[in-house]
Amino acid sequence: MSDVLLEIRDLDAFYGDAQALFLLSLALKRGEMLALIGANGAGKSTLLKSIAGLVANKRGEIKFQGRSIVRRHAFEIVAEGIALVPEGRKLFTSLSVEENLRLGGKVRRSGNWSLDAIYELFPVLKDKRNVPATLLSGGQQQMVAIGRALMSNPELLLIDELSLGLAPLVIKDIYDLLPKIVQNGLSAILVEQDVTRALRVASRFMCILEGRVSLEGKPADFSRDQVTAAYFGT
Amino acid sequence: MDWVNGIVQGVLVGGLFALFATGLSLIFGVMRIVNIAHGDMIIACAYLAFTIIQLSGLHPLVSLLIVIPIASLVGYLLQTAILNRTLGKDILPPLLVTFGLSIIVQNGLLEVYSADSRRLAAGPIETGSFPLARGIDIGYLPLLTFLTAVVVVAGLQFVFYRTEIGRSFRAVSDDPETSQLMGLDNRKVYGLAMALCLAVVAIAGVFLATRSNFDPFMGPSRLIFGFEAVIIGGLGNLWGTLVGGVILGVAQAIGAQIDPGWQLLAGHIAFLVILAIRPEGLFPRGAR
Ligand SMILES: Nc1ncnc2c1ncn2[C@@H]1O[C@H](COP(=O)(O)OP(=O)(O)OP(=O)(O)O)[C@@H](O)[C@H]1O
Ligand SMILES: [Mg+2]
Repeated sequence: MSDVLLEIRDLDAFYGDAQALFLLSLALKRGEMLALIGANGAGKSTLLKSIAGLVANKRGEIKFQGRSIVRRHAFEIVAEGIALVPEGRKLFTSLSVEENLRLGGKVRRSGNWSLDAIYELFPVLKDKRNVPATLLSGGQQQMVAIGRALMSNPELLLIDELSLGLAPLVIKDIYDLLPKIVQNGLSAILVEQDVTRALRVASRFMCILEGRVSLEGKPADFSRDQVTAAYFGT
Repeated sequence: MDWVNGIVQGVLVGGLFALFATGLSLIFGVMRIVNIAHGDMIIACAYLAFTIIQLSGLHPLVSLLIVIPIASLVGYLLQTAILNRTLGKDILPPLLVTFGLSIIVQNGLLEVYSADSRRLAAGPIETGSFPLARGIDIGYLPLLTFLTAVVVVAGLQFVFYRTEIGRSFRAVSDDPETSQLMGLDNRKVYGLAMALCLAVVAIAGVFLATRSNFDPFMGPSRLIFGFEAVIIGGLGNLWGTLVGGVILGVAQAIGAQIDPGWQLLAGHIAFLVILAIRPEGLFPRGAR
């Protein structure tokens, strides 16, 4: 088996008539963490949603573990081993913390993640297990959203806006836990507003500008100015 | 004593209204649609039981063992084959399609069974009763209907809040996009919700048919009773729906005490008054 986990070729994605992604290509290796950066409206969420199957209107090829998933439904893709932590967490309001986590494990893929493992990673959640998930603080909600995604024991974790709306200390806590989250060779694509932080943790990055790849490579290979130019298109 | 008796009987009738209502509430809760054909489905189940009883000689309550699975299967197929296609941002298509379904069911029943009114004979429990106090006799069948409603509500409550499928129902209702990220095929979840709804509808149909005559055109008024019970109790609250049914039953009983012609009117007035004072119902979801 090749060590390419996810391969995207010439992907176009649409919302109605509006095209949001243009001929986008990307290859992600097993165990790799890719930072996906770009200005507001660049198409980062659209890319993650396209991979996860939530954007149905698309052209091109997406292969995961060698199999095409571009025409598959979102509920099938999660069973293949791709989990999305959606922008804005999107916790289920009428479910408790534990119910949200259990639902994440509904696809029953085998692996190391279980309720106990999630509670070990995020101990505060254990005390709040029976609380409605949306009554938690922003940081705790993000932990539930991450835990819920991990419960499916994915091979690829897609995280949209890890730090959005969180206090700096909380952001630091979550980033400190990131190595534990992606342990055991889990691959990840991380969308992040905080470019500096994202480039620090990622082994590779990709910058999107108005639906097209504007820069791609290892963070160390580019200067701050080059990244800024690719980010804003100046 | 007449009054007290009337109210007690009203409470028991309320159980039947709650049976009409819970399925409606369930479907609205999970997929935010109002099923206009709900009442007609109740009547269709009564006829299904009628046919099964004719063929087999079973007691109506025993016939439920056959009626419930058939109704559930039909519900699942109806949802997955037709109703799922009507779901979307626009609330009109499901209303129109279920309205059309209502007319189809009524006329289908008319064609097959004629307009004659029928009744399911339940034997001794139909007329049997025991005295609760002087002047108050509790009929076995009304009591059984009420207890069944309590059990159905408790059962649905359990399913909704304690089981995996209930979690799926709530998740799909909360956020039908994110639910797919959990591996849920919403179309199947909706199908299962409709199957569960039709199980309750089957129970409602058989109890209705043992208590009163029925004909192919009785559905819409059962829909109204069920709808009123749901709104009185508060959307999305199953125990509230039971209370809503009881309030409706008692209001009708009080109306009937004043003047037999006022029975239905009193129920509608109680509904309107509560709607005016508390538009969200007595026990809206969230105040659980
Ligand atoms: N549901 C939608 N319907 C129509 N257009 C959409 C929808 N979602 C996004 N878009 C459009 O697609 C483009 C890409 O949006 P996307 O959400 O992917 O950007 P993003 O990079 O995630 O931005 P942000 O940093 O603000 O989250 C934007 O022009 C946006 O307006
Ligand atoms: Mg976004």
